[in-house]
Amino acid sequence: MRRGRLWAWIVFILGAAYFLLPLIATIQFSLSIRRGTLSLDAYTNVLQSPDFQQTLVYSFLVGIGAIVVGLLLVVPAAYFVRLRAPQLRPIIEFVTLLPLIIPPIILVFGYIRMYSSSSILPLTNSNIGTNILLTLAYVALALPYMYRAVDTGLRTIDVQTLTEAANILGANTITIMARVIFPNIIVAVLSGAFLTLAIVIGEFTIASLLNRPAFGVYMQNVGANRAFEPAALAVISFVITWAAMGMIQLLARFAPRTAALTD
Amino acid sequence: MSSSTDTANSGGAASVQTGAAPLRSPFAMFSGMRWADVVGVTPFLLFALLFLVVPTFYLVVSAFIGHDGSFTFQNIIDLGTPTIISSFWISIRISVASAALGVVFGLLIALAVIRGRLPSSLRSTLMTFSGVASNFAGIPLAFAFLATLGRLGLITALFKLFGFDIYRAGFNILSFWGLTITYCYFQIPLMILIIAPAIDGLRREWTEAAATLGASTFQFWRYVGLPILWPNLLGTLSLLFANAFGAIATAYALTGSSLNIVPIVLYAQIRGDVLNNPGLGAALALGMIVITAFANIIYLVIRTRAERWLK
Amino acid sequence: MAEEFLRIENLVKAFGGNTVVKQVNLAFDRGEFITLLGPSGCGKTTILRMIAGFERPTSGSIHVEGKDISPLPPNQRKIGMVFQAYALFPNMNVEDNVGFGLRIANVPVDERRARVDEMLKLIGLPGYGKRFPFEMSGGQQQRVALARALAPKPRMLLLDEPLSALDAKIRVSLRQEIRAIQRDLGITTIFVTHDQEEALSISDRIVVLSAGNVEQFGTPFEVYNKPATRFVAGFVGQLNTLSGTVTDPATRAVAIDGQNVTLPNLPSNAKTGDHVSLTMRPEAIQLANGHVRDVVLDGTVSEVSFLGSVIRLKVNLGQNAIHLDTFNDQHTPPPAHDEKVQITLSGSDILVLGE
Repeated sequence: MRRGRLWAWIVFILGAAYFLLPLIATIQFSLSIRRGTLSLDAYTNVLQSPDFQQTLVYSFLVGIGAIVVGLLLVVPAAYFVRLRAPQLRPIIEFVTLLPLIIPPIILVFGYIRMYSSSSILPLTNSNIGTNILLTLAYVALALPYMYRAVDTGLRTIDVQTLTEAANILGANTITIMARVIFPNIIVAVLSGAFLTLAIVIGEFTIASLLNRPAFGVYMQNVGANRAFEPAALAVISFVITWAAMGMIQLLARFAPRTAALTD
Repeated sequence: MSSSTDTANSGGAASVQTGAAPLRSPFAMFSGMRWADVVGVTPFLLFALLFLVVPTFYLVVSAFIGHDGSFTFQNIIDLGTPTIISSFWISIRISVASAALGVVFGLLIALAVIRGRLPSSLRSTLMTFSGVASNFAGIPLAFAFLATLGRLGLITALFKLFGFDIYRAGFNILSFWGLTITYCYFQIPLMILIIAPAIDGLRREWTEAAATLGASTFQFWRYVGLPILWPNLLGTLSLLFANAFGAIATAYALTGSSLNIVPIVLYAQIRGDVLNNPGLGAALALGMIVITAFANIIYLVIRTRAERWLK
Repeated sequence: MAEEFLRIENLVKAFGGNTVVKQVNLAFDRGEFITLLGPSGCGKTTILRMIAGFERPTSGSIHVEGKDISPLPPNQRKIGMVFQAYALFPNMNVEDNVGFGLRIANVPVDERRARVDEMLKLIGLPGYGKRFPFEMSGGQQQRVALARALAPKPRMLLLDEPLSALDAKIRVSLRQEIRAIQRDLGITTIFVTHDQEEALSISDRIVVLSAGNVEQFGTPFEVYNKPATRFVAGFVGQLNTLSGTVTDPATRAVAIDGQNVTLPNLPSNAKTGDHVSLTMRPEAIQLANGHVRDVVLDGTVSEVSFLGSVIRLKVNLGQNAIHLDTFNDQHTPPPAHDEKVQITLSGSDILVLGE
């Protein structure tokens, strides 16, 4: 028995080393821009660069857009499937599988071909159009996570009973959704939102092929041209991602539950 | 982000299981539904159609359309050039290597933490970390490994301190193995997330029953533990393969175009039509779709059957 | 001729600050069927698991055939074990499950096959060799688990609540089967359960446990009829408890809801006005119907359950109520609700337990 535990510790420590060393190395590298001493110059260079600020804001806005559109699509769908059309569940679940199966590069390639100048929806012709296309691409990428978050939220608050109660009291569907359902799934929605944000901020492939000034493209650029700034960027990016994940964990504690049993 | 893999797993399982309906008209499932019921789902389905299903389909069809707009297999045949074949071959090798390493080391780490009698707080830490790390693919990951194993990296420097120059010995982060090691950073956590529930499913009584029947720990794993996990291991191997095959951002930032994996070739093609043949790009995409879809389907099928078996 | 097989000395088990098994001393003979009986949390499963080797005693020792087995790991103790959740290996069919212990012991294939067939016949499932666990019912799986445990000819058999997960009917038939097989093979067996009816019906001796202590160790007859403590009296079998007040210690008179009775078992240190708890088994009580014994009480029928051959009655005496069973008499209808009846019993059947 004891030898088993020793091996377990050895494996764990080796694993931890593999995962922690790159993080430590990145931080150390990002502080080494000035030879011989540790300094935050790489960070100041990055944070003060207008490209950094602009692309981060751009990606952030696109992310918000993706969240809003995503919610408008997902919340009604999850609600209706749960309440009125459970037979559609297999179709919906299949749809949420698709973004995980189709590599993003394929997706954006398909968009470029389909929505270019010679098609019915020439989105790529204009800046606005392409921005919309980018946002919609991110909605597609985030769809599985968004749907799963909202669906779980609906299940936890026993949406069926809440709807019936509101109905008896005279509310119509839209009122129910806006005033009863949505406020109660805010936590689940925020979880999905943070996840989407995390995906959008670092994304490269789609943004780059659509020629958008996104944060991921900026990062790749810096990586191609500078030595120490990329490490600082990586650290910043990790922090943002982990902050988003941390928020999700935190939110999980505040999730309201009215259902005594799950499905 | 354990929810992400749970999505793939349970979503897929549900869709495959409920697919086994009795033989009636495929529209039978729509009987009894009113128009109003479907209204809420329509935007969602419309979006899925326009921005998931149709673009992919469009690409698949374009692969069969030649220069002059007629139906042809020429694009597929053109995939047979040495450059393209070698790019597929490299992609397959990297995906297999990172998937295999991901499965082996992910399994070992998960076993160590879940069954190795380590403090239970380690498990939740591991799960949370894996949830985050499995989504780490991308540019920052490439930067991180450059800072670790690059020419000026921390580990490289540490080895030099002990007199060992790994670059002189032939190692290079900008290479097949460099990329594979980098890919493991998100492959291993993904494996851990997926295999953890399966390891939980190895009931303690099985270990105890095997012990009362005289089996050593090794014999337990050989006759009971690993055989039970085997379908999951194969299935996850397939999933990790697909995951690596479709990845591009990390490779692009790390090895640029020096490693000609398929997504990078496709990227260059989309960017600037370097192959001088638009249909070929679609054919490349078709190749990718076929391979990743196939691997994903293997995963889903194995998972559903394994679940049934372990009732 | 009884020969000591298993001895437990001063066994203690504590999990953190919680002592689950407190100084247990027991000795079992070869070939005995022993049941560890008690409510959840009494330590019975912990004791079993310490015998099997899955828990380490905090202190104390366990000796099998004279040797201390405490340093041995579970896979070297040659003990067969059957679990509540069957624990059949799902990736193997019945044959491979039953033959597993033999395969580990490197028994040659032919011998293994013969032994597996023999065991399948023993449990009444010949020909089931190729089936898989998920294709069988709970009762069948448990029998296979039994066969698997017995195939490598262990020197002792441990069963951890093996019937608790099964339907009531199967529970009864399977426990008889287990007992029959055990008798056939003469193997020393320790059976853990919280069901006192199970324990009474199949054991040679019963260890009644409560909160880590041995309350009583004796044959089913002893444990039922001569309970050593109040716990045993209440846990094993049905028990009626009445409260009464001592009216005259000299004549051993006690008042139950205003009715005076004489109790030969009243302790000598009783004083007038003392409250006492009186316990009696339902079968000791009868409806008077003209034949009275030394204790007679008047009451009103509050519940009648006609169960066919048995009629279960609840009779109210005032503050106290008595449960009794009476056999169906084809010529006499059972008492009606609210009917006034007389119940009678022998004073010596009443146990007096202090308050």
